[in-house]
Amino acid sequence: MKIVLNGESRDVRAETLSELLKECGFSGRVATAVNEDFVPSSLRIAHKLAEGDRIEVVAPMQGG
Amino acid sequence: MKRFYGTDLPNPLMLGTAQYPSPAILEQAFRQSAAGVATVSLRREGAGGAGQTFWSMIRELGVLVLPNTAGCHTVKEAVTTAHMAREVFDTPWIKLELIGHTDSLQPDVFQLVEAARILTEDGFQVFPYTTDDLIVGERLLAAGCEVLMPWGAPIGSGRGLNNEYALRAMRAEFPDVPLVVDAGIGLPSHAAHAMELGFDAVLLNTAVARAGDPAAMAKAMALAVQAGQLAHQADPIEARDMAEASTPVIGKAFLS
Repeated sequence: MKIVLNGESRDVRAETLSELLKECGFSGRVATAVNEDFVPSSLRIAHKLAEGDRIEVVAPMQGG
Repeated sequence: MKRFYGTDLPNPLMLGTAQYPSPAILEQAFRQSAAGVATVSLRREGAGGAGQTFWSMIRELGVLVLPNTAGCHTVKEAVTTAHMAREVFDTPWIKLELIGHTDSLQPDVFQLVEAARILTEDGFQVFPYTTDDLIVGERLLAAGCEVLMPWGAPIGSGRGLNNEYALRAMRAEFPDVPLVVDAGIGLPSHAAHAMELGFDAVLLNTAVARAGDPAAMAKAMALAVQAGQLAHQADPIEARDMAEASTPVIGKAFLS
């Protein structure tokens, strides 16, 4: 399935958001949004991905 | 010192974590200043997990964490970012930034009030980055904010307090609300000035991170906010136009 992960097109096997995080090697503290909507970590297992979904995975970063 | 959503700050300095020459220097700046609050952000995580390393370092500093919504231009974007920040940083605190102008980074106060209302209803404790406009301040309080953070000058400009009159008016209008000068501080004297006006804290980043010696500047800022706070509590004299001799005239020897 083709998706867009953090702005880059990817071809992935994952069918859910939690599988995607595992497949792409994310671990630790991250937050997720799909198609500009926040998806809490508790809902990632149940969140099915669809062709063309835009997924954002963010983590702590320096800020002012 | 006023409480921020029920929390006592260890001191009135809030320090940003961006733009330091290295993580080690960032850490030194926090140790030297003993700043009690660190502002942080969220960005796309790369494969290397840079965010996790940064987060470990911040946790070791033992400071309160204030995540921001920097770079957001719409209510929707800011609200989504706030939700992601709450989950990642495990805090209801959010420094709400809604940028309205590219060059000045002036807040879009109309969207700011709307986003503050939505987030407060959702249980967030909002620290709004706002202008020094009194009516906007009133609207933010009505929207549920219990802290206001007016700008001193545009972010990163280092110009100090552009409009002392407006900031004084804000202090007078909202005597019981914790007020923070956020943005525009360039020198310790600017930070001291804000505290002398009776502000409850100062939030700064660039002035320390971009100084030649960030750790030394962080310490200077900490001393300045402490001095300004003490001066405000000491009830300073009013400025006057003419001289007034401080040495008593009575008892002066007659020598001419």
